[in-house]
Amino acid sequence: MSVSAAPRPFAPELYRPDFPILSTLLHEGVPLVYLDNAATSQRPRHVIQAIVDSYERHYANVHRGIHWLADQTTDRYEDAREKVRMLINAPAREQVIFTAGTTGGINLVARSWGEANLHAGDELLLTEMEHHSNLVPWQQVAQRTGARLRYIPVTDDGLLDLDVYDRLLTERTRLVAVAGVSNVLGTVNPVADIIRRAHQAGALALIDGAQSVPHLPTDVQALDCDFLAFSGHKMLGPSGVGVLYGRQELLEAMPPFLGGGSMIRRVRLDGFEPQDLPAKFEAGTPPIVPAIGLGAAIDYLNAVGLEAIHQHECRLTRYAQELLERVEGLRILGPAPDHKGGIVSFTLSRIHAHDIAQLLDREGIAIRAGHHCAMPLHQRFGLNATARASFYFYNTMSEVEKLAAALERVKDVFRRRRT
Amino acid sequence: MVEENEIYQEHILDHYEDPYHRGGCPHCTHRHEDDNPLCGDVIRMELRIADDGRIEAAYFDGDGCCISQAAASMLVERFDGKTVDELKQFTAQEMLEMFGVRLTPNRQKCCLLPWRVMQAAIYAPVAAPASVPSEDRP
Repeated sequence: MSVSAAPRPFAPELYRPDFPILSTLLHEGVPLVYLDNAATSQRPRHVIQAIVDSYERHYANVHRGIHWLADQTTDRYEDAREKVRMLINAPAREQVIFTAGTTGGINLVARSWGEANLHAGDELLLTEMEHHSNLVPWQQVAQRTGARLRYIPVTDDGLLDLDVYDRLLTERTRLVAVAGVSNVLGTVNPVADIIRRAHQAGALALIDGAQSVPHLPTDVQALDCDFLAFSGHKMLGPSGVGVLYGRQELLEAMPPFLGGGSMIRRVRLDGFEPQDLPAKFEAGTPPIVPAIGLGAAIDYLNAVGLEAIHQHECRLTRYAQELLERVEGLRILGPAPDHKGGIVSFTLSRIHAHDIAQLLDREGIAIRAGHHCAMPLHQRFGLNATARASFYFYNTMSEVEKLAAALERVKDVFRRRRT
Repeated sequence: MVEENEIYQEHILDHYEDPYHRGGCPHCTHRHEDDNPLCGDVIRMELRIADDGRIEAAYFDGDGCCISQAAASMLVERFDGKTVDELKQFTAQEMLEMFGVRLTPNRQKCCLLPWRVMQAAIYAPVAAPASVPSEDRP
């Protein structure tokens, strides 16, 4: 992992030619400005080629066949696991489980660990800024077990209220589940501190890394987290694959979640013995090619450098906030840029987020509009919907300028009628 | 020149910014509210339906995008003074045609939200013994 203390010049233009989709022209000649990276990122040729190569030359089912092609595919699939292990500095490969995505990983923990360990009176501690995928699985497990959910509040400036967190942590708290980076506010949460306090109270900690792992260096040993879930498609990889990291002794003690092929050592008509990690949690044919594609994506991210990616995105965010704040009637959600990653959500007075998105689309600018799968957070701020621009390392300062200029024209559509 | 797929046309912006009968309906007999959770658009329809099935007054209120709010205004204007029967016969396709702009499937939902809410309002009397649309009576 490349770590540069001082921000060195970073040139997104170097990487853009690697992403075929970024040269798309829309609406008969308007260049695409892709600012919807928090929903999903785009892919470089390197990843697309790895997928094509797999299907054209190295494809069979994994861990099964006694033939050359099966061995080739298994090696590539397991290489991808090793790349993930190194990316997040997991102690062992067995602790890296391929899932369908972040949602799949969190559901695995909620169902397997949750149903085996939670009882009436136990408490789970979440936050008001969580994505639905880090809320609903816990609501479901709470219904089944009688455990209670409590929420760390979000302050008006979009930070977690850690004083209240301390008060909510009790001997009843069994697990704290929190996003590394908010998918709406862009807040980079102090997860190391949150995990340390959880452990002091005797609770486990799960990090929803969907918006953090693709954009910041992540070290599960330094963080000391118990679980980490993230998705491939938000970090240059294919959709359909994600990762769950778990502490070894926890994963070993947890019952299997999905049952089926691969996850068993032996099956009789009256029962089964589960396989060892990680196969125990990889029932059925896994997302073979998506995992191999994710391995290629990690190679690419390592070459760019995650610290450099983070620094560049922070520069884009600072610039976006500077320009957008000049747009009259525009309100930016979330904290000051110092506490943010590459996500800028906003509202425009009297113009609905969907109208903003529709009008920006005419200029080739792709943003997200709506509640971004975080309805409780929007309720917290009294909003139905927000518009969200989200960056990746291939976005440029001039794209930020295009966004700001286009927002003035969005206002013109409505403004010209008000005099 | 106005293109067929230009959403933000004058007449739509007119309805959005200067809506017809936005607010509460005096002496309302029927009321329904619903939302489109995907985008957060909310529409409430209030109707005063006479015993003979005439919609004596129609009002809407809500919060949402230009399309949902303008469509609600158009719909209220169209059925203010018409009958419950006429409203029941007014199809989703006719609603999209009245709106007059070709919409993508996602935005069609915005346009059809007020239509859906007004259609449901006929079956939602405000107080239990209040009037029921005439043709539903024996």
